[in-house]
Amino acid sequence: MHKFRQTLARAYTVLFLIFLLAPLVVMSGAAFNDSKLPSIVPWKGWTTMWFSEMIQDQRMMVAFANTLWVAVAVAVIAVIVGTAAAILINSTSGRARTALYGMMISTILIPGVVIGISTMILWTKMGGVLFGPEGKPWPFIPGLHLSVLGQVSYIAAMVMLLVLARLQSFDAGLEEAALDLGASHAQVMRRILLPHLYPAIGAGAAVAFFQSIENFNVTQFTRGGADTLTVYVFSKVRAGITPTINALAFLLIMVTLVLAVIYEINRRRRARVEAAREAEARRAEEAMLL
Amino acid sequence: MQDMLRRYGLGLTVTMCLLVAFWLIMLVIVPNITLLEQSFRPYLPVVDIGGPRDTYSFDNYLKVFDGNVDKSLFGISFSIPVHVYTFGLTILYSMLVTVICFAMAYPLAYFMAKIVNPRSLPTLILLLFIPLWVSEVLRAFAWWIILAFKGPLNALLLAVGVIEDPIRWTNLGYTGVVIGLIYTYVLFMLFPIYNAIQSLDTNQIEAAEDLGAPWWKIHWKIVLPHSKPGIASGSVMVFMLSAGSLLVPSILGSTTSQWFTQTIDQWFKDALDWNTASAYAFILLLLCTVFVSVAMWLFKVKLSDIAK
Repeated sequence: MHKFRQTLARAYTVLFLIFLLAPLVVMSGAAFNDSKLPSIVPWKGWTTMWFSEMIQDQRMMVAFANTLWVAVAVAVIAVIVGTAAAILINSTSGRARTALYGMMISTILIPGVVIGISTMILWTKMGGVLFGPEGKPWPFIPGLHLSVLGQVSYIAAMVMLLVLARLQSFDAGLEEAALDLGASHAQVMRRILLPHLYPAIGAGAAVAFFQSIENFNVTQFTRGGADTLTVYVFSKVRAGITPTINALAFLLIMVTLVLAVIYEINRRRRARVEAAREAEARRAEEAMLL
Repeated sequence: MQDMLRRYGLGLTVTMCLLVAFWLIMLVIVPNITLLEQSFRPYLPVVDIGGPRDTYSFDNYLKVFDGNVDKSLFGISFSIPVHVYTFGLTILYSMLVTVICFAMAYPLAYFMAKIVNPRSLPTLILLLFIPLWVSEVLRAFAWWIILAFKGPLNALLLAVGVIEDPIRWTNLGYTGVVIGLIYTYVLFMLFPIYNAIQSLDTNQIEAAEDLGAPWWKIHWKIVLPHSKPGIASGSVMVFMLSAGSLLVPSILGSTTSQWFTQTIDQWFKDALDWNTASAYAFILLLLCTVFVSVAMWLFKVKLSDIAK
């Protein structure tokens, strides 16, 4: 009976993986189908035409560049703000801490539509108050910079959570010691605290970058006339499309897969080295006992 | 605070406080207050703004009750304002998505936490993560291809012989939207539950087994109660993401499957009536907040347990 249930669990896992991965396969397959509609049925023959069409699509290339700019800007700002927030939270306590923490976390739960509209209204209104309704200067006009600000408002909270978790394992005594030995405050921060936080900051930057690339709701309302890749793909899907989008999807999936495989190979090699070391230690121990 | 001053000095402390203040005040609080203020004002031509006609009222909110449509549910016919109807269905279908996601994620989370060989677990997690890295719009688009009238799903079902005529999946009301949302957000349910179950001592399960408890009782009495925080945080995430999603309903929706976010989008982008859009956005924010608070109170979890 137990065996049977284990088999059942395995089968379920496989089904789940198929459910998750099959759509990606279908989407990739359509990139090579010589059909004007993005589909894998009916199969009309092998082609790489959609890839060359994709490269010639100027708007898509501009959107791609925009996406990268926005993502880098969001990652930089969110990391700086999120790290500061984590340090601040970590050194407050009691009611202030609960209030600050609650406010920061709740930004993750605000619907993106609300963030997008509120950011847009605030900045354009502020421009109107400062400069009159006509001829507002940058940054008080719609555009990707507002998308950056809107995205930072909730992505900073994710960075904060990651950095805060890392801060729990930090020994504040190190800072005290450094201060006692005459280090300046800036030195303490740069040489002791930040190096300890680097892994979390790196992870935070990666999360922020990917979250920004994904973002649709905030960007849709704040972007003005500019495109990011997500917005561009969305407009193409609604306007009736050619499989150039599939070509793009195929490339993105391939990049993801290659990175995943590299990571996995690395991990397995490390695990093997670890296992070998453990075995060696055990043999040595046994030899000692004998 | 004194602690921070002593460790980082005046300059750095002030800088950090200013950064956090900029975030919370300029990016979160003031925009939301502006949104609220804007939502009470009428939509006017530029010259009238600030003039005598620019007064506060609940008019934008009352638009929710405009325009009745006749609907029938479970054989009962009734007349209901179209936006209330949309909002109700958005909440209802978001709950449905949440429940299905839980039903799908729980067995796998348990399998990952307690049964699978720890050596192959990282590989499994990596495989699960792959769709998460492919952007949301492309995931919705993939289902757009699959559910198409002449798409692979119909082709497969026809070939197997399950159906005789192709089905118009995307015309079946909310079917497409629900499938798309489940696919997009199921992993946001899986990982919190996995984390929660993982912290359960396996000895407890074995002890229950030794004492002769059937498998369903072990889950009902031990695993489920223990994983409650994970379930609650996964559910809140999935519910909020679903109710606030604009991409998936826009791409996979049929002509009869309006999502509340789409209504907001239409006020904002098509009608250019930002004031009414603000009122609707605020309604969404308010009712989602109430909903989540009630859920958290029912499950006795705190905000800090969510979003881990």
